[in-house]
Amino acid sequence: MRETDRSGRPIPTSVLSLGVPPLVTAHAHAAPAAHSGGHEEHHHYTTTGLDNRKIAIWAFIGSECMLFASLISTYLIYKGRSLVGPFPHTEWTNPQTGQVFKPILNIPVTSFSTFVLLMSSLAMVLALAAVQNKDNPLPANAGLGDRMLASSKLWLWATCILGAMFLACQAYEFTSFVHEGLTIKTNLFGSTFFTLTGFHGAHVTAGVIWLGTLLAIDYKRGLGPKDALNVDLAALYWHFVDVIWIAIFTLLYLIPD
Amino acid sequence: MATVAASPSYARPAASEKEGFMAWLTTTDHKKIGTLYLHTSLFFFIFGGLEAVLMRWQLMKPNQTIVTADQFNQLFTMHGTTMVFLAIMPLSAAFFNYLIPLQLGARDVAFPRLNAFSYWVYLLGGIFITLPILFWVAPDGGWFAYAPLSGRTYSPAINMDFWVLGIQILGISSLAAAFNFATTIINMRAPGMNLMRMPMFTWMSFVTQFLIILAFPVITIALVFLQFDRFFGTNFYQVSAGADPLLWQHLFWVFGHPEVYILILPAFGLVSEVLPTNSKKPLFGYGVMAYSGILIGFLGFGVWAHHMFSVGMGPVGDTVFSLTTMLIAIPTGVKIFNWIFTMWGGSIRFTAAMKFAIGLIALFTIGGISGITHSSPPSDLQQTDTYYIVAHFHYVLFGGAIMGIFSGIYHYFPKMYGRYMDERLGTWHFWLNFISMNLTFFPMHYSGLLGMPRRIYTYDTAQGWDTFNMLSTIGAFLLMPATLIFIWNFFKSKKGGEPAPANAWDAATLEWSIPSPPPEYNFAKIPVVHSRYPLWDLTHPERTKDVPHTDEGMRHTGEHDVVDMHIETERRTAKELGIPMPSSTIKPFWTALGIVVMFTGLLIMPHNKMAGLVGIFTGAAMLVGFLYAWLTTPLEEHH
Amino acid sequence: MAHDSAHASHEHEHPTWKTYKWVALWLTLITIVEVWAYYIPSFVASAAFVPSLLFMSAVKFVIVVMFYMHLKYDHKLFRALFTGPLIIAVATLLALMMLFRKFAD
Repeated sequence: MRETDRSGRPIPTSVLSLGVPPLVTAHAHAAPAAHSGGHEEHHHYTTTGLDNRKIAIWAFIGSECMLFASLISTYLIYKGRSLVGPFPHTEWTNPQTGQVFKPILNIPVTSFSTFVLLMSSLAMVLALAAVQNKDNPLPANAGLGDRMLASSKLWLWATCILGAMFLACQAYEFTSFVHEGLTIKTNLFGSTFFTLTGFHGAHVTAGVIWLGTLLAIDYKRGLGPKDALNVDLAALYWHFVDVIWIAIFTLLYLIPD
Repeated sequence: MATVAASPSYARPAASEKEGFMAWLTTTDHKKIGTLYLHTSLFFFIFGGLEAVLMRWQLMKPNQTIVTADQFNQLFTMHGTTMVFLAIMPLSAAFFNYLIPLQLGARDVAFPRLNAFSYWVYLLGGIFITLPILFWVAPDGGWFAYAPLSGRTYSPAINMDFWVLGIQILGISSLAAAFNFATTIINMRAPGMNLMRMPMFTWMSFVTQFLIILAFPVITIALVFLQFDRFFGTNFYQVSAGADPLLWQHLFWVFGHPEVYILILPAFGLVSEVLPTNSKKPLFGYGVMAYSGILIGFLGFGVWAHHMFSVGMGPVGDTVFSLTTMLIAIPTGVKIFNWIFTMWGGSIRFTAAMKFAIGLIALFTIGGISGITHSSPPSDLQQTDTYYIVAHFHYVLFGGAIMGIFSGIYHYFPKMYGRYMDERLGTWHFWLNFISMNLTFFPMHYSGLLGMPRRIYTYDTAQGWDTFNMLSTIGAFLLMPATLIFIWNFFKSKKGGEPAPANAWDAATLEWSIPSPPPEYNFAKIPVVHSRYPLWDLTHPERTKDVPHTDEGMRHTGEHDVVDMHIETERRTAKELGIPMPSSTIKPFWTALGIVVMFTGLLIMPHNKMAGLVGIFTGAAMLVGFLYAWLTTPLEEHH
Repeated sequence: MAHDSAHASHEHEHPTWKTYKWVALWLTLITIVEVWAYYIPSFVASAAFVPSLLFMSAVKFVIVVMFYMHLKYDHKLFRALFTGPLIIAVATLLALMMLFRKFAD
């Protein structure tokens, strides 16, 4: 890096402070063009030294914040405004039939599925670590724990299975609600509840498919450090879906009207 | 004239083995995609303009019956929808595509195939939402589609289905493009181009991308609710089930107000390129311009409810949104003054682009001032839903966004096609456009304040509106020849315009340092940037003596093709130079088509369940299948 | 490795199993406390219930984002890309709650 101005003009240092936080200088190391290795992508020069895809997924996650904020806002705005039951946290008697509807939310099942989703995030982060460290040889005296931590397949399987378990809990929840008399058409609670949790469930489903694809690649040719970014993108998405559930669990399930 | 008819000074690079129709269908070149955006959106601009002309014809005199009330509803709905989503946004996107990589010193956008995908979704979505007006079954609930009016109860026919699904499709296009351009601007800048050296158009585009990223999810959700209400019988906007009639309005305007800045900021960016170049001076107050853009973007999320003063939000809500609205006028006013000071003391060259840029300053100021008058709730209550509002937003959107975009087209045409547009016709276009635009919209201030409501299909005589409506209609009719002159100029100049050199206007930024039209790889060697006006540093150092020059932010990459700032004359193809370029691919097109087939399936579901389901599943299968094929194919071929 | 240096995001070492297991433990503990609190009627009725639940859920949110999404360790650009939109999202949500008079009662 040259220290002087080519044209010989004095460098007004005061202008440096005008600069927006220096994205450029933060990682001032060179990014060599890694055409070697024979794998698919060229690593072009980038301004920040970061990969385009990782920037895009964070921008996408930022966008998703607004998506879920709109969904959650609507749920909260309509909270307690349903004209007819069943209600989430309180009992309701149908004035026409006299039929009694218990509070419909099943907190034990949802607490369990929340726990399952949180643990899937742990599995996911371990899967990423395993992929990143694939090339580091295990020590000779490596125990079972170390060998487990080094297995990307194990943790990808774990994440997928835990994700699928969460979806199974949701499927159980949805069908039991329908049996108890709550559909998406019943009342405002039904509309907002099924849409909000359904959107989240759709995100989990997409995540399970994404992770399943990575798992298939792992079986086909083995995931290594060169795939770490691909796994990282899936992981960021997965954790984001998890933190959204953290918010939904508290706002929707635990806080009564 | 032989000189005029001569071809550009070098042969066009052969972009790929494929030629003709398939080359366009499979292109991943940001410049070609930009050209596609430009032509498509100009078509929709004319289409939306003709809808407006029909409306003005109907309103020329009291009690006319050119169109029916129902047709009039469809016309104003589709005029608004077309101009916002199919004309101005994609006209801006044409410039995002064409200019952002060139201004950054990049060879393409961050995700070239996603870029093609955005365009195809836009085109197919545009066709989806526009076709019904040809059969008078178009959406008829206004471009804002207020629920519950747009729900199944009050809009039972297929009309609003086209809108709900069409806007959802177009949102996918905008979001995909926004992630792409945000990433491109963050990560594809030439060495040395820190954020405070980016050209102002790229700066304003940067802010716009974040507005899209954050505003579009909200309309997506509002539309999902409406879609569910209309197709699956949910209760989001069912007042009979206890729903709040204001929910849609709030969600819509949480999106809708940032959308206003999505429409105007790129035009601001374009004139911020045109004014300094043609004043032969650096942009006045570059930093303030950039920061005021950011501030507009940020405050843009805190003003939405000023569209809703008439619903009665209470004193606190009214006061807060009134204050934020007045506040956002400050950074906007700052920009106006910066443009004026940019011209101050410059030696101004009145090109057609410059005339349109100055036109923007004048007309946007009028629109901005009338905007301030309805930032105050008591005054807004007099103006809301009258033609005064129509006057206001046409001054900002026609006088602002469209004038800025015309300015950009005249200015960047030589870069795109290697030929100048005809300046004489450009001047005719400008004056005719300027006069008839004012003739159309200025009288609306009066008819509005005299109480003429928006969206009425006819009116009775003797209310004092007749003269103003006649004037507006004459203006609207005159806008047709104005636009015709432009279109003629555009196509005539593409074939036989005067050949333009690389730096057609003696400008200062990177896009002018490469041949016109640029080769497929843009920059044979990536230049290192030391200031905001790298080209003037070479050609007019006296102009940039007060501009900061440092090596700060510059780093070498070790790549062989990064060199000092220079004027590029390389004319060989990417293949000859060994520059890896993204391969052409049809997959983004099929993926986009899958999405549209899916939504079409949903559209026909209420009428034919079987056919609808077949459509949905075919579309979904196409979407998933081609997406997989796309994601598992590498971007570039090895040379 | 030439390849890894192309990813500046991996410049800082990510934490290991030792950190991750503690995070998981905290997430589990907080979830247990949250659900437990839900089953104490007197606490649910008290004014402290909603704020404390919101606080606990915010803590969970933050530690997942910081440790599992590595925002604490990664490039600060990512922090800006996430917190900016998050702030606008939360502010919009709160403004909507206020406009719909959800804090009035």
